[in-house]
Amino acid sequence: MKPAASAPRSGAKTPVVAIAGNPNTGKTTVFNRLTGSDQKVGNYPGVTVERHSGRLELAPGHTIEVVDVPGTYSLSARSREEEIAIQSVAGLAPLAPPDAAVIVVDATQLSRNLYIVLQILELEVPVVVALNMIDALPARGEKIDIELLQQELGVPVVAMSAARGTGIDELKRALARVLGDPRSATPGARWAPDSEELLADVAAISPQIPQDWTQNKPSRERALSLWALLSLDERDELAEIPDALRAVVMKRRALAAAAGRHIDLEVIRGRYSWIDSRIDSFLKLERPATRSLSESIDAVLLNPVIGFGIFLVLMAIVFQALFSWADPMMQLIEGGFDALAGVIATLLPEGLFQQFITGGIIAGVGSIVVFLPQILLLFLFIGLLEDSGYMARVAFLMDRVMRALGLHGRAFVPMLSGYACAVPAIMATRTMERQRDRTLTMMVIPLMTCSARLPVYTLIIGALFPAGVVMGFMPTQGLLMVGMYLFSTLMALIAAAVLSRTLFKAPPVPLILELPPYRFPHLPSVVRMMLQRSKAFLFQAGSVILVISVILWALLTFPRDATLETRIATATAAVATENLSAEEIEERQGAVEAELRGVALRESYAGRLGHAIEPTIEPLGFDWKIGIGLIGAFAAREVFVSTMGVVYGVGDQVDEGSTTLRAQIKSETRSNGAPVYTPLVGLSLMVFFALACQCMSTLAVVQRETKSWRWPVFLFAYMTALAWVASFVVFNGGRALGFG
Amino acid sequence: MKSLQEIRPGARARLTQVGGDRSFQRRLMELGFLPGTLVRLVRRVDVGGLVELEVRGGHISLRRSEACELRFELEG
Repeated sequence: MKPAASAPRSGAKTPVVAIAGNPNTGKTTVFNRLTGSDQKVGNYPGVTVERHSGRLELAPGHTIEVVDVPGTYSLSARSREEEIAIQSVAGLAPLAPPDAAVIVVDATQLSRNLYIVLQILELEVPVVVALNMIDALPARGEKIDIELLQQELGVPVVAMSAARGTGIDELKRALARVLGDPRSATPGARWAPDSEELLADVAAISPQIPQDWTQNKPSRERALSLWALLSLDERDELAEIPDALRAVVMKRRALAAAAGRHIDLEVIRGRYSWIDSRIDSFLKLERPATRSLSESIDAVLLNPVIGFGIFLVLMAIVFQALFSWADPMMQLIEGGFDALAGVIATLLPEGLFQQFITGGIIAGVGSIVVFLPQILLLFLFIGLLEDSGYMARVAFLMDRVMRALGLHGRAFVPMLSGYACAVPAIMATRTMERQRDRTLTMMVIPLMTCSARLPVYTLIIGALFPAGVVMGFMPTQGLLMVGMYLFSTLMALIAAAVLSRTLFKAPPVPLILELPPYRFPHLPSVVRMMLQRSKAFLFQAGSVILVISVILWALLTFPRDATLETRIATATAAVATENLSAEEIEERQGAVEAELRGVALRESYAGRLGHAIEPTIEPLGFDWKIGIGLIGAFAAREVFVSTMGVVYGVGDQVDEGSTTLRAQIKSETRSNGAPVYTPLVGLSLMVFFALACQCMSTLAVVQRETKSWRWPVFLFAYMTALAWVASFVVFNGGRALGFG
Repeated sequence: MKSLQEIRPGARARLTQVGGDRSFQRRLMELGFLPGTLVRLVRRVDVGGLVELEVRGGHISLRRSEACELRFELEG
């Protein structure tokens, strides 16, 4: 992949070819076949819709830009995302029309797929039809008369199988011919309005179509009038529509409705009647159609009992993979960065700069890269689920449950992934079409118990709750852990139900879900998507994470006690002179150093901040030392454990299983001698960790996915408020009941 | 005029009317659900409240509560 800067901008002299077509036609595979690895992922101006483009050399010196347009069933749009697809194919301002469009058509769904071909032909955009999945026809007993199809459509039709790689060269040759002679592939509208009423509507609307849309072509004016007539109404979300155009469309529609006409039906039926009167000559049935394999598979996979069971097993595998398969890789990465920091520390002279590089930069980069194994795995699974056609079945199976919560059926996989890590889970919300559904899902995913909460729970449960059993066989500690999972899941579901009925209140969208035939996933396309998304995470969310981790490092380091290192050196040197064994000396030295570092941390800005926030966390049962831990945990929750290690002077190399840290926590007392940590405080702390948004990576990735700071700020505010209230209730309710 | 509830899974019926909110109607029509088109009820999943229909070789799934806006005429 080339860096984004080296690719030419659209609008330059390089011809632009849009790859359009229905969803599930293998559009992206065609795009990948054409552009190979020479791709870049950008954004359409002003929206979060990704713009995938790539370069293709048709002949030496003849390079074109190929753009993969989001799949749509037609050119009438409601959402902003669909509008982008239409703008880039139809060439509505602000986007320039493409020099040609490759319309990918699923050969097994010819009749429906021809609809959008007719629409694009009306717009006078030069077209090449890529008749994809041609290899699936013989098994269905079907045959397409390509010559006749080409003749009737008036544009080149190339039979191909993008998955197998056949027909690609023919497609490139056809594209080169069309770009050289655009008129050969712009035959004009195949269907045009013929009724007097519809012609009158078009005549009334035409003058309001902006000139930069029509490019002074009367046929485009007519096509865009029809487009406006079908797309605009009181509830569309389309931007960039002139008021006068909107007004005249409303007026014509009102008139038509009063006269008992059904404009949408007139236009859509017009196009389909063109298709229907020819489809039998295009498509020959060589033997009677049999029940398709997909349908037989669905008889099992959509079965409410067996299908649901298989679905749960599949999800358990995904979950298990994210949890345990990624773990060795993550440990390796963490170990690698620790080792790197160690090497750098020996190479650089001791001092502030060395600490900045190891504690700020390397730790920061490490905290980004450590997510990669989970992100790669999750996107591998999502790619396989999408490409095989199973993702549509997930939406089918989960629709009822998710709808009750106000969520999209496809929100299930991202929410489940949230148990491993919110970062890839939030990136996985892209499989939903509506921005509202995506943002809502992002707002609840961070409530799921991610793996970073586990070390905190383990530490607290291990330190404060006895290892006994209840009811004769159930371990108390294990039950508590399960309880925390159930609690967070319940809170996420409640949050979804509440948010979807308040802040994200939207008219319910009827479900129209295509169940595409099952296909073997095209692995190179799956892998490419996996790599592109991981790269996007590394560079875009990563930069924010790096900045915040440097800030946190500074908070924990400054104001710097210049004498600290010398004092540590003196103190440890003093220990060395004592009359002890080598092991004892090492142990004593470690303790002395940890003690001094703990003091320094308590006097740092983070320490002062801990003091400053103490009044706000005291009602939850926390003291200022826990406050420092909470500040440190903002970098990542598990950092709480090592921060508490430093705060309590047991060193920063502790983990959740450390018995010294557990002992320290148990013995920590307030000024009045009462223990800081009671089981009730522990419970309050765990509830706080379950609900608070202490994860800069999550906030950074939400910012990236929503292209706005509003949503990360909202997420942080509502989760922190929720955490505070819940901990308050737990702590004070518990005390009122006589616990703690 | 029959509703989907009166059609046996696996049976074909001719669509006579598409109702419901405008964008729902329009999207269904663009997918080929036009009055006069033959539609096959592939399956009805009562637990999930969904139906799967086949039209023009494509499989489209709708919620039962929303699919009640469609009206059919039985063939033969």
